[in-house]
Amino acid sequence: MKIGVITYPGTLDDRDAQRAIRLAGGTPVPLWHDDDDLKKVDAVVLPGGFSYGDYLRCGAIAAKAPATKEVIRLAAKGLPVLGICNGFQVLVESHLLPGGLIRNEKQHFICRDQKLRVENNETAWTSLFEKDQEILIPLKNGEGGYIATDDTLKMLEQENRIAFRYVENNPNGSMNDIAGITNERGNVVGLMPHPEHAVEAGFGPDTPTAMRSGIDGLLFFESVLKMVVNS
Amino acid sequence: MPKIIVEIMPKQDLLDPQGKAVANSLHREGKKEITAVRIGKRIELHFDREITDQDLEMARDQAANFLSNDVIEDVVAVTKED
Repeated sequence: MKIGVITYPGTLDDRDAQRAIRLAGGTPVPLWHDDDDLKKVDAVVLPGGFSYGDYLRCGAIAAKAPATKEVIRLAAKGLPVLGICNGFQVLVESHLLPGGLIRNEKQHFICRDQKLRVENNETAWTSLFEKDQEILIPLKNGEGGYIATDDTLKMLEQENRIAFRYVENNPNGSMNDIAGITNERGNVVGLMPHPEHAVEAGFGPDTPTAMRSGIDGLLFFESVLKMVVNS
Repeated sequence: MPKIIVEIMPKQDLLDPQGKAVANSLHREGKKEITAVRIGKRIELHFDREITDQDLEMARDQAANFLSNDVIEDVVAVTKED
């Protein structure tokens, strides 16, 4: 099973995403922003970082890249797409997901291990989670405040399209404690925290059991691999 | 050089942290009559020829769909400047 990872100028976490895919049992395929050939991958990850230096707005220029345009086209046909952090920003700027992301409420860049609740376990990237499962995923961003119009928020709530919510504290002022959302079909998911940083014991977040033992992020990638195998 | 100027401001009800920091600094300087500062963007599109109505139309379209994000910003003006 091939999962593509797009690298834009300024992307940082593409290799971490590739490693996560490998640890989950998939084959990572590096994709380049300027190439509209997605190499027949079964799913795509838009990784974190600062594509195009966050110029204009975070994700705005990446949303126009040839590779992204192909992702937009194939997402409409059901291609599973995961946007992590800057990748989430690219997804909202591409209009694959509604709303926007603004500077954190208290203006600080935040880097911490963050507890999330899985609100929707019926997406391509969350099917192996239990509903309402609480997971620990590293969060690191400056512009992670999710905002949307009242109508959009209402629609997201009613249609069960909030994939993850921040638990215990809302780190960035996101409306309705939203950490991640999905599209109507459930194949496109975007979130600010970084599941690819919680995939291998010894390198993940601290848990009550042991230091750096958190691997909750692995299930994102295993979920999509399971779905691709079954389809 | 003919150019089209696009002016974009953060939405009125959105917190503008840059503007707030500048306002605080002005207040420290004693400029108490300034009640608020808001900071937006001015984008210049340069042309190597006369600007047509179609160019303006294209600029309005780009301003709405690419240069700004209507969730967080408003396009306040798209104007021609010779």
